[in-house]
Amino acid sequence: MHPPWSMIFFTTLAGAAQGLLLALLGVDLARSLGLVQTPEALFLAGAVITLAMCGVGLVAASFHLGHPWRGWRAMAMWRTSWLSREVIVLPAFMAAVAAWGLAHALQAPALLWGLLAGLLALALYICTGMIYGAVKAIREWATPLTPINYTLIGLASGALLASALAAFMAAPLAPGLARLALVATLVAALARGYAYWRNQRLVPRTTLQTAIGVRHPRIVQKSQGAMGGSFNTREFFHGRPATLVTRVRWAAALLGFVLPAAALAAVAAPSGPLLALLFAMHYAGLLAERWSFFTEANHPQNLYYRAIA
Amino acid sequence: MTQLALVIDLNVCVGCHACVTSCKEWNSSGSAGPLLDWNADGPDPTGTFFNRVQTFEVGEFPNTQTVHFPKSCLHCEDPPCVPVCPTGASYKRAEDGIVLVDYDKCIGCKYCAWACPYGVRELDEKRQVMTKCTLCVDRITDLTLPPAERKPSCVMACPTQARLFGDVHDPESEVSVAIRERGGYPLMPEQGTQPANHYLPRRRTEAHTDPVQVVREHNPLRVDGREPALQPPLSADWEH
Repeated sequence: MHPPWSMIFFTTLAGAAQGLLLALLGVDLARSLGLVQTPEALFLAGAVITLAMCGVGLVAASFHLGHPWRGWRAMAMWRTSWLSREVIVLPAFMAAVAAWGLAHALQAPALLWGLLAGLLALALYICTGMIYGAVKAIREWATPLTPINYTLIGLASGALLASALAAFMAAPLAPGLARLALVATLVAALARGYAYWRNQRLVPRTTLQTAIGVRHPRIVQKSQGAMGGSFNTREFFHGRPATLVTRVRWAAALLGFVLPAAALAAVAAPSGPLLALLFAMHYAGLLAERWSFFTEANHPQNLYYRAIA
Repeated sequence: MTQLALVIDLNVCVGCHACVTSCKEWNSSGSAGPLLDWNADGPDPTGTFFNRVQTFEVGEFPNTQTVHFPKSCLHCEDPPCVPVCPTGASYKRAEDGIVLVDYDKCIGCKYCAWACPYGVRELDEKRQVMTKCTLCVDRITDLTLPPAERKPSCVMACPTQARLFGDVHDPESEVSVAIRERGGYPLMPEQGTQPANHYLPRRRTEAHTDPVQVVREHNPLRVDGREPALQPPLSADWEH
């Protein structure tokens, strides 16, 4: 599949934002139980950052649409379409986060709003992941691992962002959150690695033989009916050399998972700037990971577009 | 319940692309259009088509067959493109089973194209909405046309009558009989989409002459009681 930057930015930004909210909700819960002391400003800043990231993600996602101003229509088919469900859950999540942050700013009871936002964050992970997981034609995506990985990776990046934020605003919390980010990053790396391993071993069920219904071991395409390419050649092929795809995959593994985890494991009490730097590196790795997620996917329609002429 | 569909006979398709051009012509000027092109006269022309003819070579030289393969929306009985559409722009008509796109509702998210395993939905780059074969719904339901012309444009255009059109749920329709008696098959059955369109396979065609037909009693080659030799050269037998 062609990797669309709109979707890459949206899924990574929103995923990290949801993870940030969930990590700060954990802090909020711990504080309500009297386990930790934190200033309200941490939650307010967290809510603002979450909303900003979701907002930027939404703008990025709108670039994916041919008619962004008709986007509101996408709420219609929530009974059948995961995309429709996401379009409903995302604004609800943002509203709950705004209410949670506002309640903290006004010193009002906020925990219920936080719990609601947390539930919606988890629901949003499932919706985003299932948009891809529900495409049966693309077997690399049609697995429970897809929503699981969207959730785990989002939690990891959110925990890392939360630790960086805490290092600046509530320093005593930072080491604990960094520890959490380390565990989340390792779990996410394992699950994502397993998904890659699985996808490398998929044997295609749909072949050129079933695509045109001719049972012969040797079929060669001579013409695809157009000389200059088409939507089919632009949308479903990444068109990048295999070396680049491999390099981006290594970048995803190293920047996104291995290096941040190694740094978090090596430094017991990381400073704010270090954590911010680690998050930036991790986020760059996630962009590469999401790019690879698209290039990994082989669409069966590509069987019909193997030779120009 | 009616399910309109095309049945395409690969045995007689000669790959002339008449269905492609007539489809483009009708759907550029009909109610579904326009189907726009980019760089139509430039070095890298591209555009939106509902129907394309592709060519495959089967086998290894010299034992090869050239298969011309027209490809358009198969109007699946269980279309994966419909439930994924977030706006309801993509739908399957209950009355005749045609899968259509409401261009005024489409937001151009391309999700339906991802869900379709056949790659028969094309985003029109200028209008930024998803487009696809409508089975010429504006022709086949147009009561002002003579009944014989209430067929998709591609079916009307095909010079070898490789394309049949009808209701595959009616067991006595032309298309159902063709599927039943000529080995009609669906594409990618493993995808579980139950395509309504079917394809008829290539058939081996050869002239067969039984030796008995050559030597039978009233064979004009029997001259003066002399039987023509079966082995060549047959013509040498005429020399007296």
